[in-house]
Amino acid sequence: MRTEAAELVFDEATKVYPGREGAAVHELSLTVPAGEICVLVGPSGGGKTTALKLVNRLIPLTSGYIRIDGKAIGDYNITELRRSIGYVIQQVGLFPHYTVEGNIGVVPRLYGESRSWIKARSAELLDLVGLDPSYAKRFPAQLSGGERQRVGLARALAANPPLMLMDEPFGAIDPIVRTRLQDEFLRLQGELRKTVVFVTHDIDEAIKIGDRIAILREGGKLAQYDTPMQILDHPVDEFVADFVGRDRALKALALQKLGDLKLGEGVRDGLPRLPAETSLRDALSFLLAERQEAAVVTGENGKPLGVVTREDLLR
Amino acid sequence: MNGVRFAGGGVVIPHFHKPSACLLHNGWFCADWLRQHWGDTLQPDLIQHIKLTLLAVGIGFAISFVLALIGLRFRLLDLPLGAFSDFLYTIPSLALFVLLIPLTGLTVTTIEVALVSYTLFVLYRNIVAGLRAVPADVLEAARGMGLTRTETFLRVELPLSAPAILAGLRVATVSTISIATVGALFIAYGLGQPIYDALQQPDIFRTELVAGGGLAILLALTADALLALVQRAVTPWTRAR
Amino acid sequence: MIVSSLVIDAFRFIGDNGSLLLSETGQLAKLAFASLAISLAIALPVGLWLGHKHRGLFLALGASTLGRALPSIALIGLGIAVLGVGFWNVSVALVVLGVPPILTNAYLAVDGVDRDAVEAARGIGLTETQILTRVELPLGLPLILAGIRISAVFVVATATIAAVAGLGGTLGDVIVNQASYGEAGVFAAALCVSAVALGTAGLLGLMQAAAFRRMTPRT
Repeated sequence: MRTEAAELVFDEATKVYPGREGAAVHELSLTVPAGEICVLVGPSGGGKTTALKLVNRLIPLTSGYIRIDGKAIGDYNITELRRSIGYVIQQVGLFPHYTVEGNIGVVPRLYGESRSWIKARSAELLDLVGLDPSYAKRFPAQLSGGERQRVGLARALAANPPLMLMDEPFGAIDPIVRTRLQDEFLRLQGELRKTVVFVTHDIDEAIKIGDRIAILREGGKLAQYDTPMQILDHPVDEFVADFVGRDRALKALALQKLGDLKLGEGVRDGLPRLPAETSLRDALSFLLAERQEAAVVTGENGKPLGVVTREDLLR
Repeated sequence: MNGVRFAGGGVVIPHFHKPSACLLHNGWFCADWLRQHWGDTLQPDLIQHIKLTLLAVGIGFAISFVLALIGLRFRLLDLPLGAFSDFLYTIPSLALFVLLIPLTGLTVTTIEVALVSYTLFVLYRNIVAGLRAVPADVLEAARGMGLTRTETFLRVELPLSAPAILAGLRVATVSTISIATVGALFIAYGLGQPIYDALQQPDIFRTELVAGGGLAILLALTADALLALVQRAVTPWTRAR
Repeated sequence: MIVSSLVIDAFRFIGDNGSLLLSETGQLAKLAFASLAISLAIALPVGLWLGHKHRGLFLALGASTLGRALPSIALIGLGIAVLGVGFWNVSVALVVLGVPPILTNAYLAVDGVDRDAVEAARGIGLTETQILTRVELPLGLPLILAGIRISAVFVVATATIAAVAGLGGTLGDVIVNQASYGEAGVFAAALCVSAVALGTAGLLGLMQAAAFRRMTPRT
């Protein structure tokens, strides 16, 4: 599979709705490097969905520019632009009268791809999003919420777009399935390396999914655009600190793994053992629950790598 | 004499044969009469009736479809258009035929115009309701995926409203077949003819009444069943659960 | 213009023959309303109860298709052939046509009431009859009234045809008797029939609109 991705640039992009006071998106400037996931997050009224829909021109820009691979979106033919961008929404919007295969084939059919090509592509994508090939002939009404969103993702990927727009794609799905979909999406992105703009109102999802997070505040102003770790460690102001939550230190711990730390000496038999992939947060929780001061970190085949203490975790 | 007249007229009971016992007793279902007059009366009337219905439903559908698109495009017009089709429907068929005669004369056109105006009520409502019921998320997805307006209409909106539209067509077709019999009171055309002929006979000629009425009902139910099959064939997703 | 002069003549006819038209219109209204009342008395309880039980969908839908398919003129002829000509005899045929739309809509109205609302009503201890009369009936009212309206249109329209088939004293006999009343008379009678039909439909339409308004919360 081709793994192409496009660079996306917002350049003072502004949206003012006629008859409404203030901007929905105010002079938004940020660059999403090719192949990265940028999460737009913020309170309602922050303009994150508006910002997303500016990209495929579902909402027209008032002023400023948005460029894909250096070319302003206004210079693309609007239909071509939309067909070359994968679009996933919370309500999925599968076409009820098409089978799963028919839904996946919508854009390829418009491109004039053959039936057999679409059949093969649909099988490939179903496998990619973790659905059995037998799903190809089912109608959307026969799928669960999670399965529908998987098909929605497959449909968006069908024409192999270099850019994906995802508007709260997992927002309507129950927490357990949502976690699984997030994990699988990250695995998928590991293979495909698309450029992704992902809107959510859930800061935890943003931290988990994003390579970079853009926090928007009321009036569509960009409060901070940074990696999750930077945002947790160094929120630029009160608003961002508030938004990421009082437990931001714990969230930061959750982002790091024991294997990332510089480990101490002194491996001995009485200490509990934790694998290197354990997050710092889980490790701390374990030590507190077990009333232990330290644990042995183990690598492949349980080989001890070193010792981690409570002090190390809290530093 | 121009103006209103009864259809048919004249005595239908054949004189050149010895009437059967059934006919002498004015029976409900005299097979000999039916055999004799299938070719010269019932079959031609049935064919006329089918033509009448196909034309009325076809034209009615075309008009309703255009009106529905107008009503959907210009929201303000939806209410008056709906009220107008509603109004046409409430005019009694007998009165509507009479009201039309000064305009279109004693022609089959008069029947057609009346029948078409009755189909508008059901068809307009159903087409508008069907197109309007297409879920917003589906339309947004279609737009976001880069379907043009025409593509969205032909590939998404139209097929998704097919169940409602076909349901409307079924109702309109069955009603049209039934109402078309009334037209024969003024203009000798279709299955209304044998029915009126029967009513004109002293004591009502039962076999002809049953034959004309029965054929009309049979035609209506057959048309309904055929359209139901079409509906089933083109909307497989509605049965997927 | 021939048409406009016809319309003028028709109104002149109404002026000259006021008492005849009035009595015929009254007779038509009496026949239609009596038949409608009987149809209501039969169809409404059955439709409501079947809808409440969510049973008999096939019957409800079949009734509406069959009701539409019956050619009214043949049905009236049949009624006359079997029962003879007479006010109540003709109303039997009208009732057969009047029942299906009421039955079908009553069924669909009650069957379609939000199941959660019904379950909540059952949960707070309403009896089945109370659920039907206090929850399902008011919620389904707009659709029920729509059915009554269609039925009323059917019955009024068919009542005029009854006259053609032999029942005198309703406007239909004027409509088909151009020889005696002239074009203007026929036209005038058609106007009267339309007035009765539109008046009935309009009245029921207003009730329906009022019911809809009560259902939709104002903001």
